[in-house]
This record gives sequence, structure tokens and C-alpha cells, in this order.
Amino acid sequence: MQALSFAVHIPLVCFGIAFPAMVLFLEWLHLRTGDPLYRTLARRWSRIVLALFAVGVITGTILSFEMGLLWPNFTATFGSVFGLGFAIEGFSFFMEAIFIGIYAYGWDRMSPRAHWLSGIPIVITGFTGSLMVISVNAWMNHPGGFALHAGHVVDVDPLRALFGNPYLWSELIHMYIAGYMVTGFLVAGCYAFGRLRGNRIPPTRYQRVALTIPLTIACVAAPVQVLVGDWVARDVAVDQPIKLAAIEGLYPTTRGASEHLLGWYTDGQIKDGIAIPHLLSLLAYHSWDARVQGLDTVPAAQRPPINVVRFAFQTMVGIGTLLALLGIAYLVIRIRRRPLPDSRWVNGALVLAGPAATVALIAGWVTTEVGRQPWVVYRVMPTADAVTGAGGIPVGYGTLVVTYLAVGAGLVWVLRRLARAPLSEREATLPGAAGATPQGP
Amino acid sequence: MLQTLPLVFVLVGLVLYTVLAGADFGAGIWRLVSDRGTRGQALREHANHSMGPVWEANHVWLIFVLTVTWTAYPSFFGSVASTLAVALFLAGVGIILRGAGYALRSGVRSDRELALIDGAFAVASLITPFALGAAAGGIAAERVPVGNAAGDLFASWTGPVSILAGVLAVVFSAYLAAVYLAADAAREHPELVEPFRRRALAAGLAAGAVAAAGLGVLHADAHSLYAGLLSRGALACVIVSALAGAATLGFVIVGRFEAARYGAGLAVAGVIAGWAIARYPTLLPGLSVHRAAAGHDTLVTLIVAVVAGGALLFPALGLLFSLTLRGRLAPGESTPEPIRAARPLGGAVRARLAVALLIVGIGMLNAASAPWAHAVGVVSLFAFMIVAFASLVPAALADEG
Repeated sequence: MQALSFAVHIPLVCFGIAFPAMVLFLEWLHLRTGDPLYRTLARRWSRIVLALFAVGVITGTILSFEMGLLWPNFTATFGSVFGLGFAIEGFSFFMEAIFIGIYAYGWDRMSPRAHWLSGIPIVITGFTGSLMVISVNAWMNHPGGFALHAGHVVDVDPLRALFGNPYLWSELIHMYIAGYMVTGFLVAGCYAFGRLRGNRIPPTRYQRVALTIPLTIACVAAPVQVLVGDWVARDVAVDQPIKLAAIEGLYPTTRGASEHLLGWYTDGQIKDGIAIPHLLSLLAYHSWDARVQGLDTVPAAQRPPINVVRFAFQTMVGIGTLLALLGIAYLVIRIRRRPLPDSRWVNGALVLAGPAATVALIAGWVTTEVGRQPWVVYRVMPTADAVTGAGGIPVGYGTLVVTYLAVGAGLVWVLRRLARAPLSEREATLPGAAGATPQGP
Repeated sequence: MLQTLPLVFVLVGLVLYTVLAGADFGAGIWRLVSDRGTRGQALREHANHSMGPVWEANHVWLIFVLTVTWTAYPSFFGSVASTLAVALFLAGVGIILRGAGYALRSGVRSDRELALIDGAFAVASLITPFALGAAAGGIAAERVPVGNAAGDLFASWTGPVSILAGVLAVVFSAYLAAVYLAADAAREHPELVEPFRRRALAAGLAAGAVAAAGLGVLHADAHSLYAGLLSRGALACVIVSALAGAATLGFVIVGRFEAARYGAGLAVAGVIAGWAIARYPTLLPGLSVHRAAAGHDTLVTLIVAVVAGGALLFPALGLLFSLTLRGRLAPGESTPEPIRAARPLGGAVRARLAVALLIVGIGMLNAASAPWAHAVGVVSLFAFMIVAFASLVPAALADEG
């Protein structure tokens, strides 16, 4: 159930991380050039930011409810260790809510400069918020900063537990860049979709600007994400060898282990996969013959479901690589100052890139969360001990699915409306003198 | 002292949540009971417009209360959340629907869509405060034992005290909303002041009646709490609360809505403080504040974080409320910036810088393995992304334009 809420919440988080920055960039362009087009676009996007944030607020609230509803024992035992992260996250969320309120309702009502400045805290709190949440997750993957004494935590040092954790930084950067990729590709994809449907007419300048900015962000971020991913994988190799073994389906501890692409894990080996000798040792430890710990080093009960983790990981890496290639291709086109071809194939690829990035994002979370099983706090608390003793979980689960489906459908509907409705506003604005502003939202 | 301070934060958060989000819930409830015609429509529109900019910020108080509670009193939080799971779940679904209502309303075109969304919103606005009030009532009536789902999933929040607290929460929310909306209407829609003033009076009288009846229910259902309320400082709090409640009605009658809001806030604070003092130092049966509290370092860090956060938060919140309450977020002038020619770009230099940063980044992050090298690598890669973006986008926009 929490996984479900997470899956709904995380893409929204990406928008919270990256979208305000794009809106601010547009408004900055408007301030610099005085071109009303940027302002119109920034305005439209800021309404989407507001709608998505509203849904983000509720899924976020539900997640904090669920911390108690589903994992009372986890919070009861370790609340004093990791709770601080969420408390600060609460503040950061709060600041975000305040400034989004000011920003979204403040068009036409504050001086342009003050309005632009009021957007800056949204970007900053988006970063601190993800920092806090990731710090808790990184702690669950690599716990520290406390000692266990007869089932009770003692000697708690929350600062060390949350921020003195080497695992935090790689995970945070990975997630933060993912936020820009998902948002960039999704937003660009929306406009590419518009191109697919209205292929006959040449794109307006408005459409090209709206496509170029998010696409450039995502395409710059995608190749970098591959590099950061390599860093994350090496951290996993050091701190969570069993997760790595599950990702790779490696049963015996091996020197100079091979990397398998595709395939299915059964009876301690990968079937129908493509083996590349020594690559795993090379990737994980930068050494031709490094020893890679296998699944055989822990009892069967302490292994995660291998194929789920493997499949999720391969999905993430596969999509990530394709997106990075797409990004590099786009950058090459741009560096040679050619226009992006407005063909069916290119637009189709851009439409697919957004959902693909979202799938990769969720696959990444599945890898890290399922890869940690059967532990909720790695090697400290098994998931089974953390779960609630209350019955009726399936009923609650069903209700939540229905509610989320309804909200999701509603969200799609309202976004489509928002995408269309202000068109008249734009047309009313564009022919006018620079800086002519539409009245009221 | 150290163990009690976070409890004070939680209670202050709870008072603020009740007063601010209560007005928000109430605004939804009024949509349910306002008549269908154009006048009802005007009332509903007004309710939505004046809550729009502030509801998210109001709402985050709940998250604040939850996170501070589970950090400072983890075992208390675990017990409450597991036993009262059903009530909290109902509140959760209500919160989802309400947030969705705000998000979706901006895309509405036809009246039927509007009626549907408003209906769902109003029902959710009714359920959420009731469920939260009932949960609080369950804790007050000692129906939540310590342990993972140790109490009854339904009986724990359906006792007489819970029902009473739930109803009180609903009626009180309606009152707060009417007061707030009347004050807000005075600025832009003077014709709406009177309807909301009448509603405020009715709801306020009802809230007073429920609260008075509550003493009787407490006497029968939660006698130890009743006794506690009549002793020590608790009695003073209850009296302050009653006086504030009477005063706030007086303010509504003479049309001084701002003062009425503070009076209502004081009445809530009195009830919550009285409850806390009456029970102190017990949180749940057999669980005292001192036993539930987290370790020394956690509490100190938490308190520092809350105080530091508050130092940032309150000025920002003040800005938001001063902008909304004084109507600064109402239509006004915007002065267009003068058009400035875009600076010519040093394209070649930026491109070389980007490549250099990329190479340094890969070397430090992916070849080296020392933590400091990784830090340098990450910074270089971020710098690479920014420089690459900055050198590509203006050229791209110029080409496209």
C-alpha cells in the first residue's frame, strides 16, 4: 500500500524538484528580453505546478499517515533515529507550500522582480525536501548513528544517522537528476504529442520554445545520470553486497565475475542471458579480478526476490541508456546548430521518452526497496517485524486504489483542460505590445 | 523539561491546525449546505477563492504534528496509529479528495462538473474533521492502549467521547469558516458578509451547545479526564476557553470578525491546553511522557530544528497571510520590464568549459574512489549541466525564433 502511494507520489516529486526551476527560467527570460511569450508560457506552467503540488500535498500527507498506519513498529522503534529528517522535510514542504501560494496567485499582483524572487524558495525547498527524504531512505539502506539494546535504540545520534551517511549523497544526486529527466521528458513529450497530432501545420514559435527548454534540460541530464548511476552502483557494491548479488543474479561468490544482460535467474544461475566476462568485477570494484560476494553468503531467508530486483534493475538501466543516447543525439544536433527534425519518428520518440523515464524511475525505486528485502532497516529490522498488527489491510488497499485512480483520472482531465483553456489568453496577449498582461488568472 | 518541550510544539501545532485548517474544512461544509441558486453559487465561489492561496500552507500543520510526534514520542505514535488506523484512514481519504477538489476545480467548465466536484469536496470536508476529532476523542477516553494495534479497531474511536469530539470538530470548523469568510467578504463582496455572519452565529451557538453537552458526556464516559479537567490549572484553561468562546460570539454579533477569529483560536487553545494539563504526564494508559520520549540527542536536535525552522517559517507565513488578508493578492498593476537586447554569447568559450567540466567530472566521479574526489566530480558534473544548458538554450531559442 505504501508502495502504491510511493509510485503515485514519486513522479509528482520529480515535478516538484524540476518544474519550478523551468518556470523560473522562463520568467527570467521574460524579465531579460521583455518577450511576452515567455511570460505566458511560465504562467501556464505555474498553474500546472500548482495543480500537481496540490496532489503532491495530499499524497505526501497520506504517506506520513501510512508511516504510522502500516509500519507502527518501525516508527515506534526507530522514530527517534530517522524522524528528524521528516520533521525538517515538513518545514521544507511548508515553505514550499507558502511560496507556491504566493507565486501562483501573485502574477500581476507583485512587481515582476519580487514575483520572480518569490519563486526561488520553491526551487530551494524542492531540493532540501528531497535531501531529507532521501536521507531517511539512505539510512534504511545503510543504518548508523544508534545502537540496539534489547530491542530498544540507545545512543541515538540523529545527525550522524541521517547526514553522516556516505550512502546518502550518491542516492540523492541520482534522484535529483532523475527529477529533471522525468519532468523534462514528460513536458517535452506533451508538446511533441501535440506536433504528432497537428503534423500538417508548421509549429508555432510558442510550441518550439515549450519543447526546446524542457528537452534540453532532460537531454543534458540523461548522459550525466549514467555516470552518477555508476557511482551509486559502486556504493551499493560496498555497502549492500547482497543487493548487488540480487541485481546481478550472482549465486556463488566469484573472482572476476561476469555481467549478464537479460535472462532469468533459476537455480543459482542466469538462463538465456548474455554473459560478458569480468565486466561485473570491473564495474563494481574497478578491478579485473575483484571478488564479488554472491547470494550463497547469506541464508535463503535473507535474500530478496532475485528476479524482481534483477528485472527492475535491467529495466532502469536499459531505459536509462536509451535516454542517454537520445540525449547525446539531441546534443550533437544542437551543437551543430541544426534544427530538430519535426518528423513523425522524432516526435514519437519524444512522446515515449517521458513515460519511459517515469518507468525507469519507478524501476529504480523497486530495485533499491525490493533489493533491501527482507529488511526494512538493512540488517537491523526485518520488514515482517515492522508491519502493523491491524487487520483490514486489503480493504484499505482497495479503497486507496480506487481513490488514487479517481484522483489520477481527474488530474489527467484537469491538465488537459489547463493545456487548452488559456490558449485564448495567449492569443489575446501576443498581438499586443510587449508586457501587455491578461487580467486575472 | 526536555521531554515536555516537543509536546508543547505538538500542541501548538494542533491548535494552529484546528484553527487554520478548520476554517478550510468548514468552507467545504458550507458548500454542502448552501442553496443551489445563483446566490449559493456566489457563496461557494467566494469560499473557494479565499481559501485557494492558503489551504496548502494551512494543511501542512498536520504533517508538522505527525512528524514531530513520531520523532519525539515514537512508541506513542506507533500505538495510536495502529489502533486508530480506521479513523485515520478515513481522514486520509478525505484529505485526498479535498486536495483533488482544489486541484481539479481550476479546470471546470460546466455546472454539472462543478456540482460533482463540490459535492465530493464537501462530503470529504465533513468526514475529515469528524474522523480526526473522533480519533482525538478515542485517545482522550483512554481507548488506545500501548502496543501495535492493541486496541479495538472500531470501538476505540466510536465511543461517546469520540462521537462528541467528532461532531464538535465539524461544527467548530463550520463556525471558523463562516467567520473567516465573512471577514474576507467584507473586502470584495460586501453583499456576502451578512449571510456568513448569520451562519457564523448559528454555528457558534451550536458549537457552544455541543461543548457544554460534552462536559456531561465526559462525566459519564471518561470520568478520570472529567475529574482532571476540574482540578489544578486545567480548570483555569477550561474557564478561559469558555469565556473566549462567549466573547467570540459577541465579536461576531458586532461584526468584528478579526477579533472573533482570535477569540475562537483562544477557545480551542484553552480546550487543548486543559486536556494536556489534566492528563499530564500521561500520554496513554501506562505510558508517560518521560517513558515515551526519544533519547536526549534526538530531542535536542529536534528542538533546535523546530526553532530554526520556525524562525524561517513564521516570517514567510506572515508574508503569505499579509498578502492574502490585506487583499494584496487581488488584481493590481504590474509594470513591464524594459526590453533589453540579449547579450551576445561567448559560445566557443562555454562549449570548451562544458567539455572540460565533463572530463573532470567523469575522472573524479567514475575513475577515482575517494569521497572528496566524488564530491568534486558531482560538482563538476552539475556545473557541466548548467553550462551546457546555458550555452545551448539561448542559441536554440534564437534559431527557433
